[in-house]
Amino acid sequence: MTGFRSVPVPAGSEATVSFNGRELAARAGEPLAATLLANGVRTVASGVYTDRPRGIVGLGTEEPCGYVRVDSPPIESMAQATRVETHDGLCARSLNGYARLPEGEEAPRGDRVWAHCDVLVVGAGPAGIAAATAAARAGARVILACDAPQPGGGLAGEWDAAEGTAAREWQEPRIAALRDEPELRLLTRTTVTGLYDHGEVVALERRPHAAASGGAVHRLWHIRAGRTVLATGSCERPIVFEGNDRPGVMLAGAAVGYARRHGVLAGQRAVVFGCHDEALWAAVALHEAGATIVAVADARPAPGPAPVAALYERGIGVLTASGVTRTTGGSGGVLSAATVAPIDSDGNATGEGRSFPCDLLAVSGGHDPATALAAHSGGRKRWSPEHAAFLPDQTPPGVRLAGAAAGTRNPAAARDQGERVGHAAAVEALAHESATDGAEVADDGAAAPVVGSGHTPPMALWTVADARTDERRAFVDLHRDATLADIRDAIGAGMTSIEHIKRYTTIGTGPDQGRTSGVPATGIVAGLLDRTMDEVGGTGSRPPWVPIPLTAVAGRELGELFDPARRTPMHDWHVAQGAVFEDVGQWKRPRYFPREGEDMRAALQRECRAARESVGALDASTLGKIMVEGRDAGTFLDRIYANNFSTLRPGRCRYGVMCTADGMVLDDGVAVRLSDTQYMCTTTSGNADTVRAWLEEWAQTEWPELCVHITDVTDHWATISVVGPRSRDVMARLAPREDLSAEGFAFMTYRDTTVLGVPARILRVSFTGELTFEVNVPAWYGRAIWEAVMAAGHPYGITPYGTEGMHLLRAEKGFIVVGHETDGTVTPVDVGLGWAVSKRKDFVGKRSLWRPDTAREDRQQLVGLMPEDGDHVVAEGAQLVAERPGSVPVSMQGHVTSSYLSPALGRSFALGLLSQGRERHGDRVYAVHLDEAVPVTVTDPVFYDKEGSRRDG
Amino acid sequence: MLLIPCPWCGPRDEAEFRYGGQARVAYPEDPWALDDTAWAEYLFVRDNPEGWFAERWFHTAGCRRWCDVMRDTATNRVAGSAPTGASLTEVTK
Repeated sequence: MTGFRSVPVPAGSEATVSFNGRELAARAGEPLAATLLANGVRTVASGVYTDRPRGIVGLGTEEPCGYVRVDSPPIESMAQATRVETHDGLCARSLNGYARLPEGEEAPRGDRVWAHCDVLVVGAGPAGIAAATAAARAGARVILACDAPQPGGGLAGEWDAAEGTAAREWQEPRIAALRDEPELRLLTRTTVTGLYDHGEVVALERRPHAAASGGAVHRLWHIRAGRTVLATGSCERPIVFEGNDRPGVMLAGAAVGYARRHGVLAGQRAVVFGCHDEALWAAVALHEAGATIVAVADARPAPGPAPVAALYERGIGVLTASGVTRTTGGSGGVLSAATVAPIDSDGNATGEGRSFPCDLLAVSGGHDPATALAAHSGGRKRWSPEHAAFLPDQTPPGVRLAGAAAGTRNPAAARDQGERVGHAAAVEALAHESATDGAEVADDGAAAPVVGSGHTPPMALWTVADARTDERRAFVDLHRDATLADIRDAIGAGMTSIEHIKRYTTIGTGPDQGRTSGVPATGIVAGLLDRTMDEVGGTGSRPPWVPIPLTAVAGRELGELFDPARRTPMHDWHVAQGAVFEDVGQWKRPRYFPREGEDMRAALQRECRAARESVGALDASTLGKIMVEGRDAGTFLDRIYANNFSTLRPGRCRYGVMCTADGMVLDDGVAVRLSDTQYMCTTTSGNADTVRAWLEEWAQTEWPELCVHITDVTDHWATISVVGPRSRDVMARLAPREDLSAEGFAFMTYRDTTVLGVPARILRVSFTGELTFEVNVPAWYGRAIWEAVMAAGHPYGITPYGTEGMHLLRAEKGFIVVGHETDGTVTPVDVGLGWAVSKRKDFVGKRSLWRPDTAREDRQQLVGLMPEDGDHVVAEGAQLVAERPGSVPVSMQGHVTSSYLSPALGRSFALGLLSQGRERHGDRVYAVHLDEAVPVTVTDPVFYDKEGSRRDG
Repeated sequence: MLLIPCPWCGPRDEAEFRYGGQARVAYPEDPWALDDTAWAEYLFVRDNPEGWFAERWFHTAGCRRWCDVMRDTATNRVAGSAPTGASLTEVTK
């Protein structure tokens, strides 16, 4: 037993947790790391790439080694022990190597929250509390985000007993007052993970207590802040020496933090090593908490007199110009002794070392302002020799820093700075409507950070070594197991950029984002290359600042809520009939309606035969329907479609195709002229949104002088296609008074009438070549009319068919489907729609059809393809090549776009795009897919009823 | 995520919009007066400045209106917006 509690667990807070199957006494709410230290658990995990034992190093998000897996809800496959809150029944174990996702267990729930504020303050240490209070009192709506369970975190000031006490006395009433500010929202356990453009901030809130009730254990906040104050504190920096990774080697500030905040001493016999006054104050604090201080080493020849005097009073001497050269491992490789030797200003030993037995080595190389969030949106930093740290230089618009994040290490100065910055942020936020106005951030006079009066300057120290140092055991990044030797290798391989060295060595690429390794790596590289810190610079910092579980990102957008599902009015009928569905855009469409014992092929053959020989019915409600209305509707459509629509007489329908400006097919469909000023344009099912936006774009941005109104009415209507030679008989039963004859109700006309008393718009169009009545009724009546159609068709064996049958039937007629036969590189001429391209008028994209590329003679053109083996259905997407299998080289000349087994033809057939295809009817080409090359004969793309004799029944 | 000032709806999240590329590239008055090179230039070639750029945004999930926005492509600062066709304040560095 090495660690212990200097403050007993208060009555009522006792908890028992399980770690690696061992029961440990805990104080409910303390971090698991504190429990482990208090119970003498020194080895928490092993390295990711090595099996070296690793213990707790830090206190919070900077922890590089102490990763665990939490098995009790909420399950976490990878968590820092410093950030797992204990509660009775917590069950965790060591995470050795990589994390594995839990299998067969329900993922924790997440939620997302959106919020706006005038001022966001990140961090609730002295500077953050002061900034939030000042901003709220200036009248701003404030959000204060605090990573810890309670505000008041900051370590600044904890090292100096007198200043620390003063800080707490200042802080406590203000924390209580935060809750009384009406426009201040305090978010605890909430870590800001990224700063983005225009004041957007993402934060992750942890709600571990919600797991028990099945609530969301994470909330991902999306906050728009007018101004942001970063009071994110600093991150303590380790020093690199041989064996610096042993359990028992810890950041000095973390060791003090466990003692002061949690009443836990990480060891009984401590060596303290640093290069600045705060490390010496840490020795004072550890001694005060009850540890025996075995040795104190300061790399500076002349440490600050105040902490040296405080230590002297306690009977503790300071070894000056000295440092730890290596550690010694005891049982299980954990720390048993530290060797302290005299060193020069570069950390090289100048004399023999002396070994001090110890179970805690508290190390501190300095403090790096936590400025990563500022860097996310473009902030820069520069090296300050006075602070021996990178300080924020340029901050992004709307962002300010205060306290230790700005380099201020004196609690009173941090409070003053926080107050000034918070007030200025509020004034500015209230004066501007948003952060997008591009206003320059005014200088608030808080630029100069205060080190702390009367303190002796810190020293920059990266490594300590002697002649015997094994650099392969001197770790720079404890999470990535990357060492001093790795950096030397990278430089030896010719790398000089810190970004290259980072990727070569993997330093800083772990989930801790190199909190404790980034600046030491820069320092080491600067030394090896003989460059300044600014010349080497730091690596870029990107969101997220702490890992975000994907379950939190997903939130509730799972399953049914992932994407809206659109269902037609007849959907439930299809479900009851056992339809197999497919997704078409957001629509759920029946693909086919299998009967008992039928597979898709059998169902498809039956459904298509019914449509060709008797009567079939298709739920075509998903067909896009866009109303184009207004005085200039005809002119507008003339400019959009390749063909003419202003000449279409009211009451008639016309097939149209539209192109993008580069002349490629965008969509096709039938448009109906309802009156002089009204058209209803139909679109491909998955394309209605695209076409609507396309029409709106041209109407608004190019021809605002045209009077047109565009409305998507797709789901106002339910559409039933009654298809086949007996469809007229079915319709006669539904609308007995209508003249349904070929002469009385001609092909490509429509009629507004009633069906069973329901208003109906019936179109005589055909997508199969068969006699077809497309019945449109208001959506509310869709199910009733569908059932009426099925009843009326019963004597004729009416057969519902789905998208698969629809595709097969149209392919037999050589009708294209946008997205099958076209892919954005295909012109109307390519797919045989040259007849629809108006010779007389201009339209969007027409000029492009005469570009050298679109006029090329070897363009791929729509053809029919007959496999020589009529039982073989070639794969859609198969490449078309002219060469016999086995010959090289092979020229790819096109591909198969649609392929089916046709009941009408009694064989397989396909459509495809083939270079110069229209001139190659009769040629043999090969459809190549995976290992097969199928010989196919090139044909005309119309396979069935070339004369069009069936459309009138 | 950008905050785009829609001239009709006010500042809204970028996710509500669709990007429309460079603003003020009019469909040529008479496409047939352009030779193939000039037509290809209209179709395929756009400015790509580092700095202030007038660009089009379509408020898809809002008012479904197009607008022009002046944005600095290097910093994402936005200087202003205007309905398509209206004059948009030029910004030059």
